[in-house]
Amino acid sequence: MNSKGIMPAPFDEMSSADGNSRPGYELIKRWLDSETPESLGHRRLEAELLFRRIGITFAVYGDEEAEERIIPFDIVPRVLTKTEWRKLATGLEQRVTALNMFLADIYGTGEILKAGIIPSDLVYRNPYFRPEMMGLKLPHDIYVQIAGIDLVRTDAEDFYVLEDNARTPSGVSYMLENREVMMRVFPDLFAEYRIDPVETYPEELLATLTSVAPNSAPGEPAVALLTPGPLNSAYYEHSFLADKLGIDLVEGSDLLVRDNVVFMRTTEGLKRVDVLYRRLDDDFLDPLTFLPTSVLGVPGLMNAYRAGNITLANAVGTGVADDKAVYSYMPEIVRFYLGAEPILKNVPTWRCREKDACAHVLDNLHDLVVKEVAGSGGYGMLIGPAADKATRDIFAEKIKADPDNFIAQPTLALSTCPTVVDAGIAPRHVDLRPFVLYGADKVRIVPGGLTRVALKEGSLVVNSSQGGGTKDTWVLDA
Amino acid sequence: MRLKIRHETSYVYGTPATRAIQILRLTPRGHDSQFVVNWRIDVDQDCRLDASRDPFGNAVQSFTVEGPLDGLTIVAEGVVETQDNSGIVHGQAERLPLPVYLRDTPLTRASPGIRALAEQASAAAGPDTLPILYAIMNGIRDRLDFIVNVTDSGTTAIDAFSHGHGVCQDFSHIFIAAARHIGLPARYVSGYLFHTEMLDGQAAGHAWAEVLVDDLGWVAFDPANGIAATDSYVRVAVGLDYLGAAPIRGTRYGGADETMEVKIMVNETARAG
Repeated sequence: MNSKGIMPAPFDEMSSADGNSRPGYELIKRWLDSETPESLGHRRLEAELLFRRIGITFAVYGDEEAEERIIPFDIVPRVLTKTEWRKLATGLEQRVTALNMFLADIYGTGEILKAGIIPSDLVYRNPYFRPEMMGLKLPHDIYVQIAGIDLVRTDAEDFYVLEDNARTPSGVSYMLENREVMMRVFPDLFAEYRIDPVETYPEELLATLTSVAPNSAPGEPAVALLTPGPLNSAYYEHSFLADKLGIDLVEGSDLLVRDNVVFMRTTEGLKRVDVLYRRLDDDFLDPLTFLPTSVLGVPGLMNAYRAGNITLANAVGTGVADDKAVYSYMPEIVRFYLGAEPILKNVPTWRCREKDACAHVLDNLHDLVVKEVAGSGGYGMLIGPAADKATRDIFAEKIKADPDNFIAQPTLALSTCPTVVDAGIAPRHVDLRPFVLYGADKVRIVPGGLTRVALKEGSLVVNSSQGGGTKDTWVLDA
Repeated sequence: MRLKIRHETSYVYGTPATRAIQILRLTPRGHDSQFVVNWRIDVDQDCRLDASRDPFGNAVQSFTVEGPLDGLTIVAEGVVETQDNSGIVHGQAERLPLPVYLRDTPLTRASPGIRALAEQASAAAGPDTLPILYAIMNGIRDRLDFIVNVTDSGTTAIDAFSHGHGVCQDFSHIFIAAARHIGLPARYVSGYLFHTEMLDGQAAGHAWAEVLVDDLGWVAFDPANGIAATDSYVRVAVGLDYLGAAPIRGTRYGGADETMEVKIMVNETARAG
């Protein structure tokens, strides 16, 4: 945003400034030029019917009618070249490596805090920091086995990380379904392009989970997926993934702990579990350690964990890395542990817990995006340039009342991709969530990820809970 | 003092339970003014006690028993020697970074009323920490009546403070919330209290709090009684709140109509010959 408050034209991933297609988009452009609004409408309908048949739905929190609905799917794929992807993948691996070293450190001796690089209060008093994890040595020191890192692009060169999502990132089922639907609706495009496959994700995930099993586990560790149950908004994804991985989908009541070992009840009796891919939040995992009222968890699970008899993926206590004030230190975290410059950029962030930064934020609310440090999903944030004065004033009071709870960032000019709208094709803002699998043997990242698109014209909010859609993401094996 | 302690917890199930799991923080550890002469834990069922330490330094035992179970009895007993050290606790391995003891927990969150009490005590009692802590204790005792069986183990500091009554757990939670609010690291202590008027047995353990005081280290205060801990106090476990230091956290599978009875005997005993 410049001083006149006019947003510069965002970077479009298909069309370069001279009107030609950018690398990778030549065929997409040719294809879109050959379609009419009617023919696109038909394809769109065809895709939607396929989704309805597959049954992919999600429930929106805070929606009175909370009915399950289909996330809108846009049939125009988002394209990355191999060169672009290689750089991204290297940056992602670097980022998750640093995250894991950071978590092992703060639950161990806390060197980065002693060095004064991050204020220790920010970590030790963080709501998502779990003192119960202190001094526990995890197999292979891996805390984040699965990260869903949200990236946005601002120009031909630069990708910024918005969030690291080190807890239980969701959305990978959309990545897989989107590809399946695209291949069925546009077999001709897949014949013309050489697109890197994403279908290997389930086997890559299983290999990752198997690799982090406790040392005491047998040669073929037993892996299960722990879900909060059918009422959870991501239950579809849980059952989808368990099915694709060929592992058991379990709820807390299907598991029990005996002598610090975790077992699953089966029709043939108890079966030992070595690795839990848990899609249940820390608070609910074990009523004997965390929330005593939780009926979703497994009594005694934390004792089995501390005894080294089960691996939880992701580990307990990774949420501290998702705190947006902690996020703001990621460049320092990368440098501290790896002695290297971060490959992926961080969005410049003002921490309102710091007096000068807070004053700056309050003076410049009209230019900034303000977020709660623990917020996610696009909830509880202020987009300064899009808000009226009354809204900004209310938010200013919230910041003054509890500055520690807020950070602010400049509004980024998110890139756009061509998207089918009622009037034909128009640019819409997108982000990208690649899924990084961090195993004991290696790091696996299937090429691409989940592209989310803000379907409303000019909107920067891509969250599915706020009217966003998704696209298939192609990494071109050119 | 040389104290003989017996802590019996009995569960009876109207309909048999299929299994049970329990996490015990029932084993005191020594420090400079507390020496554990002997201690043992018995469970009246066939089970294996797994011993471990939690990050707060507590001795933890966990066990599972397979049913059918009509009931379950856990006995912790032993002899502990204590010395009066004005509540100052020295000689404990401190494993956790201090800011951890400034964390909010749901049970120890401060309301505006608790914050005001802490700030007033801090303003009125001058710069030294000890008088401030006594002023906070007195403020809580002015506000709260000690009444049993009205609050329960899930009552928050905020609720107890607004209702104006509670037991040692509630007094301690409020005290901890107030101390943390003015930047003093504080923790919850569960343990035993020797009391000449309760020699026939007590139906619950005692609870108090420790606050980190400059130059002194951790100092134990009993907000329910308005004093620093003495040699009548046997310290068993610490945590950020009751849940972190609870003597027993457990679950039963199946069964119904559970009744639980706790009987604690704390008596002075002569040195064995």
